[in-house]
Amino acid sequence: MTNLVEIANLNFGYNSRLVLKGINLTVPKGSLVAIMGLSGCGKTTLLRLMGGQLRASEGTVTVAGEKLNDLSQAELYRFRRKLGMLFQFGALFTDLSVFDNVAFQMREHTDLSETFIQDLTLLKLNAVGLRGMHHMMPSELSGGMARRVALARAIALDPQLMLYDEPFTGLDPISLGVIGQLIRKLNDTLGTTSVLVTHDVQESLKIVDYIYFVSDGVIVAQGTPDEIRGSDLPFVHQFIWGEMDGPMPFHYPAQSLKHDLELMGG
Amino acid sequence: MTNIVSGIRIVGDRTLKIVERIGAIASFLFSILIHSAASFKRFSLTIREVYFAGVQSLIIILVSGLFVGMVLGLQGHETLQRYGSEDSVGVLVALSLVRELGPVVSALLFASRAGSAITAEIGLMKATEQLSAMEMMAVNPISRVVAPRFWGGVISLPLLALLFSAMGIIGGYLIAVVLIGVDSGSFWSQMQSAVDFEHDIVNGIIKSLVFGVAISAIATFEGYEAPPTAEGVSGATTRTVVSSSLAVLALDLVLTAFMLKGWN
Ligand SMILES: Nc1ncnc2c1ncn2[C@@H]1O[C@H](COP(=O)(O)OP(=O)(O)O)[C@@H](O)[C@H]1O
Ligand SMILES: [Mg+2]
Repeated sequence: MTNLVEIANLNFGYNSRLVLKGINLTVPKGSLVAIMGLSGCGKTTLLRLMGGQLRASEGTVTVAGEKLNDLSQAELYRFRRKLGMLFQFGALFTDLSVFDNVAFQMREHTDLSETFIQDLTLLKLNAVGLRGMHHMMPSELSGGMARRVALARAIALDPQLMLYDEPFTGLDPISLGVIGQLIRKLNDTLGTTSVLVTHDVQESLKIVDYIYFVSDGVIVAQGTPDEIRGSDLPFVHQFIWGEMDGPMPFHYPAQSLKHDLELMGG
Repeated sequence: MTNIVSGIRIVGDRTLKIVERIGAIASFLFSILIHSAASFKRFSLTIREVYFAGVQSLIIILVSGLFVGMVLGLQGHETLQRYGSEDSVGVLVALSLVRELGPVVSALLFASRAGSAITAEIGLMKATEQLSAMEMMAVNPISRVVAPRFWGGVISLPLLALLFSAMGIIGGYLIAVVLIGVDSGSFWSQMQSAVDFEHDIVNGIIKSLVFGVAISAIATFEGYEAPPTAEGVSGATTRTVVSSSLAVLALDLVLTAFMLKGWN
């Protein structure tokens, strides 16, 4: 098995409106793959499908050799132990300390002794550079630190697949670089496979192996960072260089300005 | 004519919505029950919630109990002395508290203090994706977050109601005996002989257990089902207070009817 994630002919809709249409996507073992697209294009939905929180309407989602369409609720819970997920804003448990957040899964899922859990937790926190903060509460952390703690928590049980949902949102440039480097480093040193959902082009082009572009629920472009940088597809060009106008128009469709202004003026 | 029809339609629609909601709460309660093993195997999870719910409501329960008891002492003495039986004021205070006011008033206070807090906490955990995160970590949020809070509420309410009644009796004593000068001996002895353990105290505890189940189920349900936004959570918090207060009063009527008739 060389692909850890395989998605074939996937359709998915909340209610009846299709959010993802005909998605085909693979993530080779050990690689770091990005899924990019504008807000609302279905990126989070795609991640939730890989984590088994949503079920495909049509098509198949295979992760680590398991076809998620067929799994029962209990099997899904068992399957998720192979997974780590970093949520958009960290989603740390606000009623637990940094230490207890990272130790959470070890306490829930293993019979390890408390001393062993302590060592393991401090090691995980060390990997994200925050061993010294283990006694703090999540509300006392800055956004960047909270994201790193959440990262330590996500890798607590050495997952095979890491899912990152917009890990860069709302971070200052330095924290942003730090998180990006950490994601790459953890992927390589832990032998994990990672899927990174983001709309931060510049940061992700630096760290990922392969990129899928999603627009309106369809994959519109894909390639390695170099291929993407050199792409002359108008959509990709606009997205990467942050141009105001292009296939994605700056103006939301409206009547002509003249018409609207005259109306207002009476 | 069309007004009448649309009026009837609105009433019908509302009624259906309410029935639907009660059904949803009942099935939520069922899923709490089947996911309750962890709340008892790891009882420290539940104890923690008993502590939070209890401590949050403790002061307001104690103070309200004292005031309610004092008012009962005043009103009871006022009325009873017309019939020359002001010595029985202890009985009146104790029975009103243990049978009705203790369970009901403490349940209403509990709903607005601890119930709303439970809804807000669970709702915020949902809005900030903590529940999703837990699910992705292969831990069921119903069994890890919801069930301990549910049982914490169910356990703490009867204890709070007993404290409320105890404080109320002290309040009644302060007014009737210390302030007005009713004989202390007859205050206590009449109370002792008139209050029946099974009929009054046990029934009172049964009431607060039932109220505890209703409030905790509604509070956790509203939090868990709240739309994951700020308005969603604040709306859910309000709904918890309103619907669990109504539920308490309605259940009280039903339970009282059965208890006075003797259950069969
Ligand atoms: N729980 C839901 N119910 C209904 N529609 C949803 C739900 N979650 C997301 N959507 C819709 O699906 C689309 C894709 O959402 P999402 O996957 O969150 O986008 P992204 O993460 O790329 O910003 C959006 O139009 C959003 O409004
Ligand atoms: Mg998203």
